Amino acid sequence: MAAETAAPDFAALAVGDVVAERGFPLSRDSLVRYAGASGDFNPIHYRDDVAASVGLPGVLAHGMLTMGFAVQPVVDWAGDPGRVVDYQVRFTRPVVVDPVDGALVTVSAKVGQLDEAQAVARIDLTVKLGDDTVLGKAQVRVALG
Amino acid sequence: MNPELQGRVYPPTEPYLVGREKVREFARAVFATNPINLDPTAAAAAGYADVVAPPTFAVVVQEHSLAQLLADPDAGIDFSRVVHGDQRFTSTRPIIAGDLLTATLTVASVKTLGAHSMVTAETAITDAAGEHVVTAISTLVIRGED
Repeated sequence: MAAETAAPDFAALAVGDVVAERGFPLSRDSLVRYAGASGDFNPIHYRDDVAASVGLPGVLAHGMLTMGFAVQPVVDWAGDPGRVVDYQVRFTRPVVVDPVDGALVTVSAKVGQLDEAQAVARIDLTVKLGDDTVLGKAQVRVALG
Repeated sequence: MNPELQGRVYPPTEPYLVGREKVREFARAVFATNPINLDPTAAAAAGYADVVAPPTFAVVVQEHSLAQLLADPDAGIDFSRVVHGDQRFTSTRPIIAGDLLTATLTVASVKTLGAHSMVTAETAITDAAGEHVVTAISTLVIRGED
């Protein structure tokens, strides 16, 4: 399947190569949009009063929203979303989204490991809000055979 | 949190029909720009029957299985104390609009760390033919009483 879209050349990759970088400007609108698309209507993702009442520093982005967009630079690099065969993250720090200024989350995707036998590249993501890493062990396995 | 929950398998969820516009809506919500996620013509050119869902779309189907676990009085999970710890998706093939998917959750492990509990739930998602599509694995941390 998906033979029509050119894949990156596995043989040309080296561990440590940065394959993609992108910034994601989040606003409260982004959170409402994700709530509707995903069906996760937990009010801590759109109501300041509810977030404050449970001791949060502000309204937070859904962890699954951050996981969802963080892989997109890899999808675009791979050329086809069907090439992503495995994706995992650890949620290490919340992303607070200011009602006026929003939040800018940056993603850098780097080759972490190459499985020559399977032609699978493990791409490691560094996902940050300012200087803080918000996802740990964020790894995407991309089949390039 | 009931430690004896480990190994429990919940009944398969009601089949979920993946709609083309739902895939496109979800794709836009996660800032997807790849045309295979958004444009049926581009998806067809890449060899797919319809638009391909983004890698994390399986959470929409998985959610129905997690709801069973969270609502189970036997599990004793206080949802207001639940924090999402880890998430993983391991795919056999991508989800495509038109798929009819069923989710079956297994409680893979229950651990206690001091006042906190951790439950790992593995949801196997299969298509109408019963073939595996993707397994969604969530680790939920249940914070202890303050």
